[in-house]
Amino acid sequence: MRNLTHLKIHEKGIIKGFTDETLSVKLMEMGCLPGTEVSLELIAPLGDPIAIEVAGYQLSLRKTEASSILLEEA
Amino acid sequence: MSAKKNLKIALVGNPNSGKTTLFNLLTGLNQRTGNFPGVTVDKKSGTMKLPNGKQAELIDLPGTYSIYPKTLDEQIVQEVLLDKDHDQHPDTIIVVADASNLKRNLLLFTQIRDLNIPMVLVLNMMDVADRRQLNIDLRGLSIDLGVKIIPTNSHSGAGVEALKNILSQPLIHSKKPFYQVKSLAEKTIEDIKTEFNLDEDYRAYQYAQQNVRLKFLEETERQKIEEIKKENGFYDVPTQSQETLGRYALISDIVDRNIKNSSESGKPTLSQRIDRVTTHKVFGYLIFISLLMLIFQAIFAWAEGPMDIIEGALASFSNWVKGALPEGVINDLITDGIIAGLAGVLVFIPQIAILFGFISLLEESGYMSRAVFLMDRVMRNFGLNGKSVVPLVSGMACAIPAIMATRNIDSWKDRLITIFVTPFMSCSARLPVYTLLIALVVPDHYVLGIFNLKGLVLAALYLLGFFAAILSAWAMKFILKTKTRGYFIMELPGYKIPQWKNVGLTIFEKSKTFVVEAGKVIIAISILLWVLASYGFSDKFNNAGTYVKEQLPPNTTDAEYDIAINAYKLEHSIIGSFGKFIEPAIEPLGYDWKIGIALITSFAAREVFVGTMSTIYSIGADEEDELTIREKLSKEINPKTGLPMYTMAVGFSLMVFYAFAMQCMSTVAVVYRETKGWKWPIIQVVYMTAVAYLSALVTYQIFT
Repeated sequence: MRNLTHLKIHEKGIIKGFTDETLSVKLMEMGCLPGTEVSLELIAPLGDPIAIEVAGYQLSLRKTEASSILLEEA
Repeated sequence: MSAKKNLKIALVGNPNSGKTTLFNLLTGLNQRTGNFPGVTVDKKSGTMKLPNGKQAELIDLPGTYSIYPKTLDEQIVQEVLLDKDHDQHPDTIIVVADASNLKRNLLLFTQIRDLNIPMVLVLNMMDVADRRQLNIDLRGLSIDLGVKIIPTNSHSGAGVEALKNILSQPLIHSKKPFYQVKSLAEKTIEDIKTEFNLDEDYRAYQYAQQNVRLKFLEETERQKIEEIKKENGFYDVPTQSQETLGRYALISDIVDRNIKNSSESGKPTLSQRIDRVTTHKVFGYLIFISLLMLIFQAIFAWAEGPMDIIEGALASFSNWVKGALPEGVINDLITDGIIAGLAGVLVFIPQIAILFGFISLLEESGYMSRAVFLMDRVMRNFGLNGKSVVPLVSGMACAIPAIMATRNIDSWKDRLITIFVTPFMSCSARLPVYTLLIALVVPDHYVLGIFNLKGLVLAALYLLGFFAAILSAWAMKFILKTKTRGYFIMELPGYKIPQWKNVGLTIFEKSKTFVVEAGKVIIAISILLWVLASYGFSDKFNNAGTYVKEQLPPNTTDAEYDIAINAYKLEHSIIGSFGKFIEPAIEPLGYDWKIGIALITSFAAREVFVGTMSTIYSIGADEEDELTIREKLSKEINPKTGLPMYTMAVGFSLMVFYAFAMQCMSTVAVVYRETKGWKWPIIQVVYMTAVAYLSALVTYQIFT
């Protein structure tokens, strides 16, 4: 399944769902809702964490957290 | 307390919404930091005058993205708002939202609105919204959200007067909830409303969602809620999920209807372009390291002048009091106990002010979250967090401000680990001890022709502290268990030009908090140490004069006699007895009772070691310079071996001891203040002393 960590830098994707329910409510509060467009904006020099553009602002999250966000197949 | 209660107003909003700036604008210097009872969360409150002449009490609640808490700070918001009997429960709420990022900011607004507390919505950062060419229909938005809206720009202060005006009138708000939560769990909500006599559906629903977390509920009440939930098949997380989706669906519609974006998207914003540099794999770290070096240098070097002035002023004050008051116990207590303690408190203000000036600048500008972003991966290996970097590096100058700077670490576990290990970093107070001992035992020798051996030893001591900190953090990662799960879901706010007023207020607040809260403990310990050093039970202490006279040759001057008496009295004081008492315990480390006394007195602060040594070795106060002490020490003979006392083994053993031991009452006081209890400072002192003892033991055994 394609998830957020599979995006290349500046690539866009649409959120489809989540693999971790507890984490998903936090992510949704932050505007990561199913159907929302996200784009990968920054990758920290050591590959982790990453930052995405979502709902008009930048959100940083660790890779383990990002991998729980599933994307629509491109 | 006055009979007529002041209006209580709470500021609530997302982090980075400019909430605190607005708070500063509304209250100015009429603010204070206290804490919420029983938790380690700062309570910022202040007073403001409303245009109708009434006083209002304003409380700045911690920033949060939703009423569902992720951290202790956020839990406070929920407690204060849900518990109608909470002494901070507001009569009116100001919800602050970032106008340039309204969708996400409105989630919290709609949750709070459904609690049915009179409220007003502030759309802050209107300037940023304008720059992004967002056209907001304020009238339409106000009607759709069912609340009065005040647009503000907390940078320029625009809109603040209008806000004050609104607050002095009764606020009318729609009783109809924004979101019909009842459709999610009708029966559960009804049952809880009846059981607890609640009016609002959403309040009842929150009781169901949060029953385990709400501290104001009795255990039996929580159980009752649990039963109701079970009966009706209420599951927390899936219901919360549905609620969030439902709220966002309504918010999306409203935002799309009332906000038009006329800018062409796709062009990277200025913030994004700055990010490409600040998070770059080379420049990012270069910038970060340079900033850290600058901060470190500043705390180390810039603070020196003001610290000397404070110390000098208090020393003159102490001398003046000594002369002005009649000689005796009260005089000594005031000068050597209280004023000495006061000096120990005030002398840290320059370092605290400088560090918090920088931290505040980094946070205000938005850079701090980028530093955290850069460092998180590295720090995570050691059970730390990206936000631990600044406290750890500041700890190399002084652990006091550094520990206070851990405040912005959200995860309690990460914060505790950072507080716990920071005192291992070699602070500036260790330097006088190190330089004295290095000069004493390390030969002037060059390694590979360029490296001075003395310099290498000093560098090794700094590294030793650093590794002790890192390794302890790593070990604590496995020992500490937490119930709450840690997240690293963090907003990277757009860059902003810092506001000097906020920086100034942060410096003021932090310095005041330290003086008031840690100051009490420091002065108490200082008085205790004074008592221990000034009293003795033996005949030798009480008749020191006679004994000293017998020992000294008849031609000694008065000054020499006084110095000898001081040394003799210290030896036979309570502390002196302690020093002798612990001698068997510290003998394996190579120390005698004289060092024992210095170890005890230097619990006040490490640099006291040097002063105590000079008293014990009868060096007059005027000649208390390093050279004299060094000469005296190097001539000291170990009575057992007949060889010099201060061998390389003893010197290294002492240096290692001081590298690891807590030996700083101010740090203990500040840890007490930051962890709200004695548990952690005590564990920390025991742990650090144990590490110091064992390492010094091993060091001594290796070098002898």
